[in-house]
Amino acid sequence: MTHQWVAFAIMVLAFAIAPIWIYPVFLMKVMCFALFACAFNLLIGFGGLLSFGHAMFLGTAGYAAAHAAKVWGWNPELAVLFATLCSGLLAVVTGLLAIRRQGIYFAMITLALSQMVFFVYLQTPFTGGEDGIQAVPRGQLFGMFDLSNNAAMYMFVMAIFLMGFAIIWRIVHSPFGQILKAIRENQDRAISLGYDTDHYKLVAFIMSGAIAGMAGATKSLVFQLASLTDVHWSMSGEVVLMTLVGGLGTLFGPVLGAAVIVSMQNYLAHLGAWVTIIQGLIFVICVMAFRRGIIGEIANWIKKPL
Amino acid sequence: MNRKLIAMAATLACAFTGAAQAQISDGIVKIGVLNDMSGVYSDITGQGSVTAAKMAVEDYLKASKSALKVEVVGADHQNKPDVGSNITRQWYDADKVDMVVDVPTSSVALAVSQISKEKGKIHVNTGGATSDLTGKSCNANTIHWLYDTYMLANGTGKAIVKNGGNTWFFLTADYAFGQALERDTEAVVVKNGGKVLGKVRTPFPTQDFSSFLLQAQASKAKIIGLANAGGDTTNSIKQAYEFGITKGGQNLAGLLVFLPDVHALGLEKAQGLLLTETFYWDLNDGTRAWSKRFAAANGGKYPSMNHAGVYASVIHYLKAVDAAKTDDGTKVTAQMKTLPTDDVLFGKGTIRQDGRKLHPAYLFEVKKPSESKGPYDYYKLMATIPADEAFRPLSESDCPLVKK
Amino acid sequence: MEIFGIPSQALFGQLLIGLINGSFYALLSLGLAVIFGLLNIINFTHGAQYMLGAFVAYLGLSKLGLNYWVALVVTPVLVGATGVVIERTMLSRLYKLDHLYGLLLTFGLALIIQGLFRNEFGSSGMPYPVPEVFQGVFNLGFMFLPKYRAWVIVASVVVCFSTWYVIERTKLGAYLRAATENPSLVQAFGINVPRMITLTYGFGVGLAALAGVMAAPIYQVNPMMGVDIIIVVFAVVVIGGMGSIMGAILTGFGLGLVEGLTKVFYPEASNTVIFVIMAIVLLIKPAGLFGTQK
Repeated sequence: MTHQWVAFAIMVLAFAIAPIWIYPVFLMKVMCFALFACAFNLLIGFGGLLSFGHAMFLGTAGYAAAHAAKVWGWNPELAVLFATLCSGLLAVVTGLLAIRRQGIYFAMITLALSQMVFFVYLQTPFTGGEDGIQAVPRGQLFGMFDLSNNAAMYMFVMAIFLMGFAIIWRIVHSPFGQILKAIRENQDRAISLGYDTDHYKLVAFIMSGAIAGMAGATKSLVFQLASLTDVHWSMSGEVVLMTLVGGLGTLFGPVLGAAVIVSMQNYLAHLGAWVTIIQGLIFVICVMAFRRGIIGEIANWIKKPL
Repeated sequence: MNRKLIAMAATLACAFTGAAQAQISDGIVKIGVLNDMSGVYSDITGQGSVTAAKMAVEDYLKASKSALKVEVVGADHQNKPDVGSNITRQWYDADKVDMVVDVPTSSVALAVSQISKEKGKIHVNTGGATSDLTGKSCNANTIHWLYDTYMLANGTGKAIVKNGGNTWFFLTADYAFGQALERDTEAVVVKNGGKVLGKVRTPFPTQDFSSFLLQAQASKAKIIGLANAGGDTTNSIKQAYEFGITKGGQNLAGLLVFLPDVHALGLEKAQGLLLTETFYWDLNDGTRAWSKRFAAANGGKYPSMNHAGVYASVIHYLKAVDAAKTDDGTKVTAQMKTLPTDDVLFGKGTIRQDGRKLHPAYLFEVKKPSESKGPYDYYKLMATIPADEAFRPLSESDCPLVKK
Repeated sequence: MEIFGIPSQALFGQLLIGLINGSFYALLSLGLAVIFGLLNIINFTHGAQYMLGAFVAYLGLSKLGLNYWVALVVTPVLVGATGVVIERTMLSRLYKLDHLYGLLLTFGLALIIQGLFRNEFGSSGMPYPVPEVFQGVFNLGFMFLPKYRAWVIVASVVVCFSTWYVIERTKLGAYLRAATENPSLVQAFGINVPRMITLTYGFGVGLAALAGVMAAPIYQVNPMMGVDIIIVVFAVVVIGGMGSIMGAILTGFGLGLVEGLTKVFYPEASNTVIFVIMAIVLLIKPAGLFGTQK
C-alpha cells in the first residue's frame, strides 16, 4: 500500500503548490472534474457498470447548490451538502430503475434517464433554462470565511476533493469494495456464494451518484454558474473519456485523466473543432492500444495497483 | 533574444510615458472580442467582429493621434454561458483584458455583464438581444449598444400591425430569448389593436418545423411571427416556402433576422420578409464606404449589423478611455454615458443612464430577386423609427440605476 | 370534425409529418438494428455516417455535378466502404472484449468525423436542392405535401421491407443469422464468417448513408446533423428490440407518429417522449417490444 500513499502524497503536493504558477480557477475546475471522474470510476472501474448518464448527477447537484446558495442564501458547506443529498436521492430512484438490467441495457437506460432529466431541467423555470442559474454567491464558509477570495475558495475545493477521494479510497479498500470487485469479475459466482449482487450494485450506484453530485455542487460554486451543459449527454461522454484516459479501475487514474482532458480543452480552445477531433482520437487510441490508461500502464509496469 | 529586449524596453518606455499621461492598467488597453466563432452566429459575429474591432482601433488611433497602446484578442464562447463566463473570468483575472465586446446569445451576455461588474471591468454588448441587460439585470459596468428585444418587437411588430397584419401566430424558440421576444411582440401587437390567435413553443434548436408550420397554417393567422433566431429562423423560412405556406397568403415576420441570414437563404425564399435592423451597408455614403473596406478585410462578406456595432462601440470606448485617462471599467462606463456618440455608421446618438445606446431603427423588407442589383443588395427601406421611439422609455424601465 | 380539440384535417397533416420523420428513424434504426442485432456491435458512429452520406451527396453535387439519383446509389456504397475499412482495421479486434469497448471506439470515431467536418464546413448548413422531379407539392386538401417528402416515405418503406425480407426470408439472411448465433459452427460449414460480418457492417453503414442522402434536401446538410438524431435512433432500436429488424422498422415509424402527435398536444415534450417510452419499455420488457432475450 505504500506506493499508493506515495502517489497520494504526490497528488496532494501537486495541487497544493500548483496555484503558484497556474491560474487557480483552472485548477479548481480540474479538481471538480477529477472528483466527478473518481465517482464515475467507482461504478465502472470497481463495479463494472458503465453508466452513460452520469451528467444527471453532476447537473442536479449543480442546480441544487446554486439554488440553495442564491435563492435561499445558504452557506456554501450547507449548499454542497444539500446538493449531494439531492443527487444521492436521484441516484436511489434511477438506480432502482437501472440496476435490474446489465451491460449495454444498463448503459442505455442510464442514458434515457439522463436525457429525461435534461429535458425536465430545460423546461422547469428554476433552472433558468438556457441562461442557467447565474451570479451564484460563493458565500461565507461556516459563516466565517469569505469564499469570493480565490485563495479561500481553493482551499475549500481542495478539502472537498480530498474528502471525496478519501471516501472512495475507503470504499475500495473495504470488504464492500472487495465484494464489488468480485461482482465485476464474475457476477454468477458471487451470486452462488450468496451475495445479493443487485443490492451491492445499487449501493455502489448511489454512492457514485452522490459523490458525483458533490463534485457538481462544488463546481457550480467555483464558477458561480449552473447551466445545461452540466446535464447534457456530452458531459456523460466526457467523464467516460477522462476515466478511460487515466485508467479504469485505478484510484488515481481518473484524477490524471481529468487533468489531461480539462487542460487540453482549456489550452487548445482556440483550435475550435480540433479539440473534438483530438478527443475522438484519444478515445480510439485508448480503446485500441491503451486500454489500461496512463495510470493503469504505470501500475502494470510497477506490478502494483494504483 | 534581441527582439525581446527591445520589446521590453519599448514597453517600459511606453509605460513610463503612459504613466505620466493616464493610469492605464498594465500599460495597455486590451479588448476582448467574445462571440460565436463556430456555431449558428459565426457569420453574424465570429471572426468578422474581431476584424471590425481591429479596424476601429486602427482608425481611432490614426484620427485622434492618441498615445494609447491597444490590443485586440478574440475567443469563441460556443453560445454556452459556462464557456463564456470561464473565458471572461480568465481574461479579467489572468490575461489583463480590460473590456469585453460583442457577446451574442443572451444567456452568455448576462453572465459576462455580471462578471464585468464583479471585477470592475466593462462589457459593451453589441450581440445580445435581451432587454434585461438594461432592465432588471442592468449594472454600472455594462453598455447595451446595438438592439434589443423591445426594439425588435416595437419595430417589426408595430409596423406590421399598422400595415394590416393584425392576426398573429407565433413560432417561439423555447428558451429565454425566444420567450422574451414573443412576450414583447405580443404586447405590441395587442396594444396596436391586433390579436394573437395562437402560439407554439418549439424545442431549441429544431431542424424540422413542418409540424409547427402546419399548425400556424391551420390557425389562418395573417402573420406567422418567428420568435427565434439563427438556424431556427432560416429553417422555418425555408420550410414555410417548401410547404407553400407563404404562397397560401400568410406572411412571415422574422423578428430577429440579420443580413447574413438573408444571404444564406437567398432572395427567392426570403423575399417579402419584414425585419428591423439598426444598420445596413447601403444606407448612406458613410456606411457604404466603410462596408466596402470591411468586406475587403472580411473575405468579401459584407458586414452584419453586429460588425458595425463592434466597430462603432470600440471607437467610442477608446474615446472614453482617453477622456477619462484610465481604463478602469466603472469609470470608463460612466464616461461613455457622458460623451455623446458620433460615428459614420450610426450617426449621432447618446447612451442613457441604464446603459442603453439610442439610435434610430430601420424597418426593411427583403427585395424580390428581380429588384436586387447584386449580392447583398437585399433590403428596401420601409420606415425609419426615431431613436426615442425605438427603445423602451426610461419611464418603463425596471433598471435599479435609473433614478425615478 | 374535431378529435381532441384539433380539427381532423390538421391532425392528419401532423400524422403525415410524423410519418415522414418516422421514415428517417426507421431507415437509421434499421441500419443500427442490423449491426447490433446481428453483430452485437454498438455503432455509435451511425450518426456521423448518416452525416457523411449527406455530405458526400452535397460534395458530389457541388464539386462533381453528380445529381441526386447518382448520389443515391454511389453514396451508400462509398460510405459503406469506409465502414468496411473501420470494421476490418479496428472493430474486428474488439470482438473478444466487452461490447462496451466497441461502443467507446465508435463513439470516438464519431467525434473525429464530426470534428473534421465541423472544422472544414463550420456549423451552418449547406443547401442541397430538391431534385427537379420532386419539386412542388401535392394538394391533399388538408395540407400541401411537398412531393419530395412523399417520396421519402415511399422509398424508406421499400428499403426497410426489402432489407427485412432479405434477412428474414432468404438463404443469405439465414446464413447471416446463423453465423451470429454460432459463428464457429457456421464457419465449419465453409462459410466465410468474418467476411460476412464485415460486409454486414458495411451494409448497415450504407443504410445510414442512404438516409443521409435522402435527408439532405429536407434538413440542412450540416456536420452536427447526426449528433442529436443518434441518441433518438438508439432509443428506437432499444424500444423495438435490439435484435429485431421488424421491431426497428415498426418502432421507427411508430415513434415518428407519436412524436408528431406530441408536437401537437405538448410540443415542449416532443424531444423527451421517446426517452420516456424507452425507460418504460426497458423496465417492463427489457428485450424490447419485438426482441427476444439473448
